[in-house]
Amino acid sequence: MATQHSRAAARFMMAPAVFVLLVWMLVPLSLTLIFAFKRFMPLRGDRIESGWDFVTFFPSLDWVGFDNFTRFVSSSAFWPSVVTTLVIVGGVLAISIVFGVLLAMLLDQPMWAQGFVRILVIAPFFVMPTVSALVWKNMFMDPTNGLFAHLWRAFGADPVVWLSDVPTFSIVLIVSWQWLPFATLILLTAIQSLDSEQLEAAEMDGAGPVSRFAFITLPHLSRAITIVILIQTIFLLGVFAEIFVTTGGAFGTRTLTYLIYQRVLESQNVGLGSAGGVYAIILANIVAIFLMRIVGKNLDK
Amino acid sequence: MGRITLDKVRKTFGEVEVIPPLDLTIEDGEFVVFVGPSGCGKSTLLRLIAGLEDVSGGQIRIDGEDATMVPPAKRRLAMVFQSYALYPHMSVRKNIAFPMRMAKMPQHEQDRRIEAAAKALNLTDYLDRRPGQLSGGQRQRVAIGRAIVREPAAFLFDEPLSNLDAALRVGMRMEISELHKKLDTTMIYVTHDQVEAMTMADKIVVLRAGHIEQVGSPLELYRTPRNTFVAGFIGSPRMNLIEGAAAADLGAHTMGIRPEHIDVSTGAGQWQGTVGVAEHLGSDTFIHIHGIPGCDPLTVRADGEVSVRHGDTVHLTPQTQHIHRFGADGLRIA
Repeated sequence: MATQHSRAAARFMMAPAVFVLLVWMLVPLSLTLIFAFKRFMPLRGDRIESGWDFVTFFPSLDWVGFDNFTRFVSSSAFWPSVVTTLVIVGGVLAISIVFGVLLAMLLDQPMWAQGFVRILVIAPFFVMPTVSALVWKNMFMDPTNGLFAHLWRAFGADPVVWLSDVPTFSIVLIVSWQWLPFATLILLTAIQSLDSEQLEAAEMDGAGPVSRFAFITLPHLSRAITIVILIQTIFLLGVFAEIFVTTGGAFGTRTLTYLIYQRVLESQNVGLGSAGGVYAIILANIVAIFLMRIVGKNLDK
Repeated sequence: MGRITLDKVRKTFGEVEVIPPLDLTIEDGEFVVFVGPSGCGKSTLLRLIAGLEDVSGGQIRIDGEDATMVPPAKRRLAMVFQSYALYPHMSVRKNIAFPMRMAKMPQHEQDRRIEAAAKALNLTDYLDRRPGQLSGGQRQRVAIGRAIVREPAAFLFDEPLSNLDAALRVGMRMEISELHKKLDTTMIYVTHDQVEAMTMADKIVVLRAGHIEQVGSPLELYRTPRNTFVAGFIGSPRMNLIEGAAAADLGAHTMGIRPEHIDVSTGAGQWQGTVGVAEHLGSDTFIHIHGIPGCDPLTVRADGEVSVRHGDTVHLTPQTQHIHRFGADGLRIA
């Protein structure tokens, strides 16, 4: 973009995309913000007036200040849902990092049909969350016909009723299955960028396989691991489909996202749900700021 | 102690034989340079000695003990890599300490050796920096420091100067030579640069396609190259190799004469040619001369002040005592 002219042309050509992006983002965001400060319960007769609502901020709905915010936080369901969210995010992160590093090192070894194996490993990432959760629920975790049940019976054990006995763990398992490939992919590229002379130098310096991993490979991967953690956290905070199609939020699997959904659609309290949504936005942005700083630092290098 | 013996060492990659069976003895305290064109197997040979590659046959002995199957860390060898291979997330101090830390050496001994190495290599002010904050020459010194503190039986250098600029290379060349004098430890040095080989080596090993073409001191190789390959490889600018009638008159297939052993005159001489390019270096002038049968162009090293220009006719006389004669098989005729 050298000249004034080409810069103007570039701006002109970017404009439609920027406009669409802004509308798509700003309209729902401002609606959420407005509703969060209003009493809006459609089943109790609250109605949005048609016409210039955007400009007049829905005059038919009452302002209630920070009522929705305090009520969302003081509800008995709030803290358990925060804990569940942390357990699921933390569990999936732990599994995808630990196994991601192991898988990435395995895939980095020269082997037969390398490209094909890599595609197979990446594949779960392309399956829709709803589909993969249903496959897990019906094919693996079903207590009578599931593969796990057959396996358990083959060893003479009583089949585990996965989704009611260990519901949170089951969801962690399902979500990890989807996100492990993503972590593996990023960590694999990071491992491939490791200078092999460094490993050889460490070998000559007397470092065994474990020391080489701990002192050379792992520090080399630290940046990639940070990026995986931050990107996955943003997406994992919003996990919904896997819970919706398996436990439906029962047995203590209600996350913050799921609680917001229940407030808006099951309790039909749009104002309360919107307040929860604003909390979620703030949380996601805190993570995003860290992500931007780290990715930005990475690009500067 | 660091006497390294290679006995019929062979290396194949699949079907390709990179190093045919090869014998070589490196004496304790010697500075040996492996030199040859790229792809001649010199780096592979070094990696075989280091243990980073497995030999396909033969035996490697270090101080008389069979080290063929000994893992790299146990061979008491230290290696300096072309890319330096410093650990980027560790400070200079930790980089240098790494081999001692792996050997579980007591902390006070580690500190003592780090201080000594840093002082010897002018790194004292940089011990707490990361490798990324150092210049190329400083990184090179850190890599050497990491090798020194282990007090190895021998140092292995894999083209350590090729990433440095010309001025720095000359400086580091001298530093490594001085280090060798001071430590008196065996050093094996791989390079494709014959100037490095000539200036640093006690013993040069010229390699081509995995074969040893000649082993000898720099001046031996310069004075009595065993064949036309060594004759052309050692010395700068290259030796002129003349075929045809001029060589046949001397009873040889090829006649070799170094550029510095030809007298130039504008009056009379044995050969006559026209000047193509004259490179004025200040101290010397390299004149490339066309029109000499059997060798085109012929290079002559003349005085820096000589005034010849493109197209001039000059007369040349080779100094008879410096003429090399080679047979049809490329080997030297005594």
